[in-house]
Amino acid sequence: MATVYFTEDHEWISVDGNEAVVGITDHAQEQLGDIVFVELPDVGSKVAKGDASIIVESVKAASDVYAPVDGEIIAANDALEGEPGLINDSAQKDGWLVKLKLDDASQLEGLMDEAAYKAMVG
Amino acid sequence: MAKQLPLKELHVAANARFGPFAGYDMPITYPLGVMKEHLHTRSAAGLFDISHMSHIEVSGPQAAELISRACPYAASEQELNTGRYTYMLNDQAGMIDDLIVSRLGDKRFLVVANGACADKDLAHLTQLSSDFDTTVHHIPRVFLALQGPKAADVLAKFVADSSSLLFMHVMELDDGTFLSRSGYTGEDGFEIGISLDLAEAFAKGLIADPDVEWIGLGARDSLRIEAGLPLYGQDMDEDTDPLTAGLIWAVPKELRAGGSYVGSQALGEIIANGASHKRAGLKPDGRAPVRGGSLLYDGDGAEAVEIGVVTSGGFGPSCGHPVAIGRILKTAGTTGDHLFADVRGKRLACTIEKLPFVPRNYYRGG
Repeated sequence: MATVYFTEDHEWISVDGNEAVVGITDHAQEQLGDIVFVELPDVGSKVAKGDASIIVESVKAASDVYAPVDGEIIAANDALEGEPGLINDSAQKDGWLVKLKLDDASQLEGLMDEAAYKAMVG
Repeated sequence: MAKQLPLKELHVAANARFGPFAGYDMPITYPLGVMKEHLHTRSAAGLFDISHMSHIEVSGPQAAELISRACPYAASEQELNTGRYTYMLNDQAGMIDDLIVSRLGDKRFLVVANGACADKDLAHLTQLSSDFDTTVHHIPRVFLALQGPKAADVLAKFVADSSSLLFMHVMELDDGTFLSRSGYTGEDGFEIGISLDLAEAFAKGLIADPDVEWIGLGARDSLRIEAGLPLYGQDMDEDTDPLTAGLIWAVPKELRAGGSYVGSQALGEIIANGASHKRAGLKPDGRAPVRGGSLLYDGDGAEAVEIGVVTSGGFGPSCGHPVAIGRILKTAGTTGDHLFADVRGKRLACTIEKLPFVPRNYYRGG
């Protein structure tokens, strides 16, 4: 059973064992507007917490998505290449960005649960 | 402290998202979103509040002489009730601002200036006016643009004679409202300057029409880039001459070698010597948008040479791909040639394309 955490930078991370799926929140996609391009890291690459490892571009601007934890990219959502608007339609499901293998599960401790995140964005 | 649009409450009620532009708190998008706002303007009618733009009236016995001193064209020969794209140059032939100047009377002209340039334009014209028998004054009003293939049908419900107006022709209504068949989207449409006390009811009437949606600055930008229209402050500025900016077409041939307008000598020299750079449409080959400020190179290797810069760029919703406008070395290539934009350290291939990216649908009669 996966546990979903949220970051202050409007990412979600769904953790199951030592693997996690990462995306941006529905609130984030709504703020960004129509997404037209996503630049994902290579599978096999390592990311560190806070790295601007993913770029999400809306019609208006390019935005960084920060790695919520340290880890290795084990999958990237290739469907976004042809259909970046999946993030607008389904930010917290079909519009996921990458899958990670966690280096250090203790980094999850400072993250928010859904209730805390919802309280933050109001 | 940002200035507020006179109709701000209408935009708040329409759930606009605001952002700073030209010193104003401007509607950037509405709930429809940039993509749908853009496509709606191309298929129906979009309503833009562009009241950040400034209206300056030049009137008096020597009004035409002042305009012809400030701008490189013969204003005394301008047809009555027409608008003209022009600009004001400094002594180095750099662009102070680009403008639409409309002739409203024998001795009366309306200068529509960019919002961010409003104060310096007014100061410049006022300074020049000391040599002429004219008055120069700013007219506070709301400025709306109604753009798209259904704009004429919609506006005809409010202003009976409007649909017969031709592109770049203007009229004044009895109540002082200024109407111009023009815009900055590449579509047919109108720009409407209306007094502060009439504006709210007029805008409410337009937006109540089922074919009309509010459109923000986000879509205004993607619409004008697709239409190949330059934006002052992005594609040109006081350090850019009109030849380099690809805008020399706005100067009559007989005034290119020189004239009595400000900047004429410098412009004549630039034209005689040729500009080092030119404007180019750029179509990124991939899906990643290439935005203003990206440097352009002649290759993607380490030895590649810098050949220009992207001045405007983003995603083109009607094109379905990214679009950009750049300033490149004259020798850097022509239509169909490739160059490379630096985006976050990656060199992305772009093809030089003719502007505009979408056909312009102006109403010229017939």
